[in-house]
Amino acid sequence: MTAIRLEGVSKRFAGFTAVDALDLTVPDGSFFVLLGPSGCGKTTTLRMIAGLEMPSEGRILLDGEDVTELRAGRRDIAFVFQLFALYPHMNVRRNIAYPLRSRGVARAETARRVEEVARMLRIEHLLDARIGRLSGGDRQRVALARAVVRRPRAFLMDEPLGTLDAAFRELMCEELRGLHDRIGATTVYVTHDQIEAMRMADLIAVMNRGRVEQLGTPEELYHRPRSTFVARFIGSPAMNLLACRIEQDAGDPVAVLAGVRLPGIPAPAGTAEATLGIRPEHVRIDDTSALRGEVLAVEYLGARQVVTVEGPFGLLKLRAPNRLALAFGDRPGLAFDPGRVVWFDADGRSLATARRREAAGG
Amino acid sequence: MSARDQARSIVEPAPFSRRLAALVIVVYALVSSIPLAWIVATSFKTPNDAIAYPPKLVFTPSLEGYVNLFTARTRQTPEYLASLPPPETWYEELVRKRNMVITGPSRFAGRYANSLIIGFGSTFFAVLLGTFAAYAFSRFGIPLKEDLLFFILSTRMFPPIAVAIPIYLMYRQLGLTDTQLGMIILYTAVNLSLSVWLLKGFIDEIPKEYEEAAMVDGYSRLQAFRKVVLPQAATGIAATAIFCLIFAWNEYAFALLLTSGLAQTAPPFIPNIIGEGGLDWPAVAAGTTLFLLPVMIFTILLRKHLLRGITFGALRR
Repeated sequence: MTAIRLEGVSKRFAGFTAVDALDLTVPDGSFFVLLGPSGCGKTTTLRMIAGLEMPSEGRILLDGEDVTELRAGRRDIAFVFQLFALYPHMNVRRNIAYPLRSRGVARAETARRVEEVARMLRIEHLLDARIGRLSGGDRQRVALARAVVRRPRAFLMDEPLGTLDAAFRELMCEELRGLHDRIGATTVYVTHDQIEAMRMADLIAVMNRGRVEQLGTPEELYHRPRSTFVARFIGSPAMNLLACRIEQDAGDPVAVLAGVRLPGIPAPAGTAEATLGIRPEHVRIDDTSALRGEVLAVEYLGARQVVTVEGPFGLLKLRAPNRLALAFGDRPGLAFDPGRVVWFDADGRSLATARRREAAGG
Repeated sequence: MSARDQARSIVEPAPFSRRLAALVIVVYALVSSIPLAWIVATSFKTPNDAIAYPPKLVFTPSLEGYVNLFTARTRQTPEYLASLPPPETWYEELVRKRNMVITGPSRFAGRYANSLIIGFGSTFFAVLLGTFAAYAFSRFGIPLKEDLLFFILSTRMFPPIAVAIPIYLMYRQLGLTDTQLGMIILYTAVNLSLSVWLLKGFIDEIPKEYEEAAMVDGYSRLQAFRKVVLPQAATGIAATAIFCLIFAWNEYAFALLLTSGLAQTAPPFIPNIIGEGGLDWPAVAAGTTLFLLPVMIFTILLRKHLLRGITFGALRR
């Protein structure tokens, strides 16, 4: 059981800052996901926690112990690589036992623990197989077994499902989360796939350009993104972002979108322009609304449909029930769920609305 | 049969082209092995058979070439030979028939041992140092890495013999001329550029995640190198060792220039046989046959590694 702390950690490569003064706390026993596009510094962060890269600045603490200078093998952390990194010259059993051999665990104990882990991950039948013979999913399980068998203080995983096909990834997401719930060890998981992150995480840190853009639970990130970057990155389809003017109406700010006033929607004060963010499922079809657009595309997704509408405000996607028959060229009226609207300033940072500020103050 | 039954894969070669390819390979193998077969056959002929015209394809095998290769002999008068006690060994008997007596062993065995020591010694060091250097070039951010690699390669851009005179003068100052150590150092230096470049290619192919996994699992970098990188680089190391050995084994010019007695290798010695007591072709052929053996055996022993291919199956790219 281990809490991981990063204090002011930076990593610079020749002429390029991969991680920029990062402060991060991974609570003990949590499933913590570092999420971001490629090149955002998430893998470098993970490698610094593992001891595979030295930070240029800052400290890394495991349970309060400063391990910044400690080499990887001394940190008692397990790492699962995207490429699995199973040794092709050894069979499955020896691969799993390998980390125990380096620690001088007795032979009988090693055998017992390998069997136990193999049972847990349902790969007992593969113990004597050669690595080259295994399917991607089985390799993933063997790589996990090799990590679990050591009973490390924490697990670090670098896109471990990145090379699996979609159906299998879904299954492995469940298995990984199940494994974490059984073992309870702190896990830091790196991915660029927001769906994976949302599925498994207790906490997600969205990273962008070497910094944490937002840290929170999946719900917080989804409903209250603190920046347009997070709003775009999380959710599929992404949050709609629409440029609005803010006008004053008897002292209260009112949003104006493409010339249409949106009186029911709380708007931010003290600014003349702002970006309105609304999730596709919080856009309703409302024929009384003055806000109208033309249907460009309808994607049928089984339970719901995703409709793309073009209007004077730009493109907008909405998620509608299937019973609504919308076709190309229709001009439906649109309304937003007032409680679900979020606002961003010109720099893409979230803005508080009058109503929410009251709620926070009261 | 309909046309569909005969449909073939477009990536698999058709049976006809497969047979044609096999035929080409067989013919090529035969053509290239004729000189070798000729040498081996000549080594088992008597001197008269060896120079017979038209060449004898069927002959009575004789070990005279090998006996002549390993012994020094002098020609004697029949009267003197008759006064000697009867020959004790089969090779003495063979020599007596030619009106000669054995005066002692020739220098061939010593030259051959020099070749073995220098060839395998320099191969060992070239591969050992090359592996470490290649690993460092492959894994670490070395300042001026590209320039250093180019510099190492540039030593191969001229024939090594072009620097023969400076090396000769240097070696004379250092007392390294005509020593086994000197030849091992020289061949190691020449082979090192090849081995660094070849091995760097092979090590680059081994994903660094393997070592990193081992290092996270508690091994030091050196242990990870020995237990994870070396086994996977075995193919490359074997191939490199063969190339290095072939160069060091066959090298003629430096050996001629820098060795004369103690450390002389077989290549400059074999032509000497021609000068000793006329054109003794069977002895030359015997020397050449024996000279071919070590490289052949070494290559056959390492063949498994060369052909095995690199099992990157555990990684998905």
